[in-house]
Amino acid sequence: MNYIETSTGKWEVVIGLEVHAQIISTTKLFSAASTKFGDTPNENVTFLDAALPGTLPTINSFCVDQAIKTGLGLNGTVNSASFFDRKNYFYADLPLGYQITQFYHPLISGGYVEINADSGETKKVHLDHIHIEQDAGKSIHDMSPVKSFIDLNRSGIGLMEIVTKPDLRSSTEAAAFLRKLRSILRYLKTCDGNMDEGSLRADVNISVHRPGTKYGTRTEIKNVNSIKFLTIAVNFEVERQIAILESGDDVKQETRLFDSSTGKTKAMRSKENSHDYRYFPEPDLPPLQLDPARVAAIQKTIPELPDAKMQRLQRDYGLSHYDASLLASEKELADYYERALHGFESDKGLAKILANWIIGELFALLNRHDKTIEQSEISPERLRELASLIETNVISGKIAKDILEIMWETQKSPLQIVEENDWRQITSDDEIRKHIREVLADYVDKVVEYKGGKYKLFGFFIGQAMKKTQGKANPQTLNDILKELLDA
Amino acid sequence: MKLFRIFQSVFAEALEIMHSLSLHEIKKGLRNKKFSSVELTRCFLDRIKKYNHLNAFITICPELAMQSAIRSDAKIADGEVRELEGVPLAIKDLFLTKGIRTTAGSKMLENFIPPYESTVTKRLLEAGTVFLGKTNMDEFAMGSANITSYYGSVINPWSKDKKLVPGGSSGGSAAAVAGHLCVAATGSDTGGSVRQPAAFSGIVGLKPTYGRCSRYGMVAFASSLDQPGPMTKTVRDAAILLKIIAGYDENDSTSIQEAILDFETFVGKSIKGLKIGIPREYRIDGMSEEVVRFWEKGAKLLEEAGAEIIDISLPYTKYALPAYYIIASAEVSSNLSRYDGVRYGFRANGASLNEMYENTRALGFGDEVKRRILVGTYVLSAGYYEAYYVKALKVQKLIRNDFIRAFENIDLLLTPTAPTSAFAFGEEPIDPTTMYLNDIFTVTVNIAGLPGISVPIGLDSQGRPIGLQLIAPHFREDLLIQAGSALEEAANFLALKEITQ
Repeated sequence: MNYIETSTGKWEVVIGLEVHAQIISTTKLFSAASTKFGDTPNENVTFLDAALPGTLPTINSFCVDQAIKTGLGLNGTVNSASFFDRKNYFYADLPLGYQITQFYHPLISGGYVEINADSGETKKVHLDHIHIEQDAGKSIHDMSPVKSFIDLNRSGIGLMEIVTKPDLRSSTEAAAFLRKLRSILRYLKTCDGNMDEGSLRADVNISVHRPGTKYGTRTEIKNVNSIKFLTIAVNFEVERQIAILESGDDVKQETRLFDSSTGKTKAMRSKENSHDYRYFPEPDLPPLQLDPARVAAIQKTIPELPDAKMQRLQRDYGLSHYDASLLASEKELADYYERALHGFESDKGLAKILANWIIGELFALLNRHDKTIEQSEISPERLRELASLIETNVISGKIAKDILEIMWETQKSPLQIVEENDWRQITSDDEIRKHIREVLADYVDKVVEYKGGKYKLFGFFIGQAMKKTQGKANPQTLNDILKELLDA
Repeated sequence: MKLFRIFQSVFAEALEIMHSLSLHEIKKGLRNKKFSSVELTRCFLDRIKKYNHLNAFITICPELAMQSAIRSDAKIADGEVRELEGVPLAIKDLFLTKGIRTTAGSKMLENFIPPYESTVTKRLLEAGTVFLGKTNMDEFAMGSANITSYYGSVINPWSKDKKLVPGGSSGGSAAAVAGHLCVAATGSDTGGSVRQPAAFSGIVGLKPTYGRCSRYGMVAFASSLDQPGPMTKTVRDAAILLKIIAGYDENDSTSIQEAILDFETFVGKSIKGLKIGIPREYRIDGMSEEVVRFWEKGAKLLEEAGAEIIDISLPYTKYALPAYYIIASAEVSSNLSRYDGVRYGFRANGASLNEMYENTRALGFGDEVKRRILVGTYVLSAGYYEAYYVKALKVQKLIRNDFIRAFENIDLLLTPTAPTSAFAFGEEPIDPTTMYLNDIFTVTVNIAGLPGISVPIGLDSQGRPIGLQLIAPHFREDLLIQAGSALEEAANFLALKEITQ
């Protein structure tokens, strides 16, 4: 058990998340308006999205399919009949005066996501349910000192609300959950997971209590929109609640806002002032009835998901848990890796080198150029050619880094670059021995010092020998022969 | 010269009575070029102006109407005659009409000009009809006497010494049809808003099965109960209009794919052997003796025409009215939230967003609308939801089952449309719950989603019309037309000849 220990004793933290995930769909949940992000304000608004009198919602069945796919991917049960409800409240960016959601009978019940718990073991984070609902528009308050502006482009876009049970016990577990969830949603292509665009955001419920006692009063932090902020917000809130309880006060049940500039949460509204949403069945929409064949057909489209992929990468290619989980964290990354390895799957050495080069050097290059793996200037096949050259000792790892840079710029094959620059690794013992002898002859005084006990000069000799071979000497051979000659 | 004079007099006579013709006759007259759509339209526009005191219309569109009539006449001349080419209609002011102001009887939408056309009016326009204007109604269709309209009350054309209410909420449409200010009109019915004013005004009003017609582009009152319906001079006319406006609409998820029959072919079809139930629970306290007498008369007339009259029981009837007012008010409280002053419609200023909302809704809505929003908000509130709303839904299910069970043994039900005939202004019930009793026979039909029709049966001792209601199983509007036309023929009700007051 991971408890927080203070001078007064141990505390246990309980966290549950309500994640809002924007459904990938070109049109909105109940209207044909575009869902494109960043368009001119109020460009993508139908009469329904503006709640004109007489307009009626009609369900976008693609959005439903996407939510079903998500439910299946998260191990939930798809309910053959679910219902829509209205959540009533007034706000300027909520044109209908209610949100169409699923309050009483959601589309998906149950489900779970596996994470690496703080204990190091795999832990199932259970889901309560997943329902679909429409998003509100946006209020913009900072364009004028006296006016607010409303942008309804987001109004009516389909969301999935993924609600966990209170299964998380720390900020790191909460972050691990959200990271894993985002990864699965991206694999499923049902949510792009872009937290900075608001496609994925979480409401966080937090309470603390003494181990063995009942759960404490919870607070809810609204709209946390990055994994980093989630960690900071939870840590702040846990500390705040513990301090309150230790001073003998009670935690107030309330909704709080996270301020990313200060890293603190602040009270938004208390329970007494909380909305009474007056949920009731949406009379404009019939029950959402699902044919089992439709669900079965969607089940067939579910790809291999991150956990399965990670295990397979370990099993089939002998990768470490760390390498495999990194590569499996994004489908495109794993795809890149497997394409690179295509036809060479049984070569464990190559598999390891490729994994290292993707996670290390290629990541660095992509970051430097601000590109995703799919935008890489180096194709998986080319990277494999490079890895093969390393594996067969044609080039050294050091030169390979230079080659990779040139590959990115020129799209030339690594072999061609090696040939053009005469960068083939020198592996011949005789040739290397010859170069070392020359170095030792040039620095007789240093050889004397070495033999007198100044062993750290070994590195100096290696450097000089490398320089003589323009870095092409096989490092292991060079090492071995130098040792042999010095110790002779 | 002589021939010309004879021709002229026949022509004049045709023009003279043209306004009182039925839709069916007008259709024929237009096709046979007895009169033109322009002549008809001008005649009705003149009458609307002449009987302006009835206040049947909120908006009159003479230019648009004349333009449509000219286009229709051209089509008739070219032989391209659509189903209802050139027929002038009145449209209840809760159907959105593109480019024509649509107020729903409220200050809230006083200047609202819709950017799109409702499905019902679109179908009517595509059938070639001419829109004379938008008829007055209770604010947001909430009312049974047409006295809650922001645009003033409507006067029943049958009024003689006392000014009578036309019923509501489609009171303007009812008055316009009864007073021959149009051939026929559209109404909408949530708890009786087509049938009750039809009964008060001596015309025919048909509420179709829930889902039969599209609600798209109709200002919503209670979404799970609202249905558009025709208000006409005859049962045949109702059949003709219903065929045009019925049918599935992809814009309304609650509209239903169901075969549309040629309802007109059921007019005059024998009712021999039809079993018609008389629900004993519809004999309530406070019901006018004359209404009871006409109800019995109606049953007798149907029996004489060959139907079998059966006494039946609908035990849950007494719970219908409270259940109706809970469900309808709950939906209203939510449906009317969009009138917030932010995007369209009336806006009152305020120092903050909440103050703007409060001022807008305080000034924009009338008392009856506010009352129902309050009731609806209350019954949906935490702690009351189960006790009121959930219980009302259970009652709804029981009432539905009542009807389904009854229809295992009978084909139709016969009831009065309303407990009384039209009352005079100033004599209307003062407290709202007594006023709500007017809907007691009609709300059950909405709650169960059934089709119902009100047919005029006669005039009471004060010369006020009384209507009887026929109720059929889901999607059996054909039975309503069949039995309704039999009742109509047997009753031989005479339409209002001329407006005297």
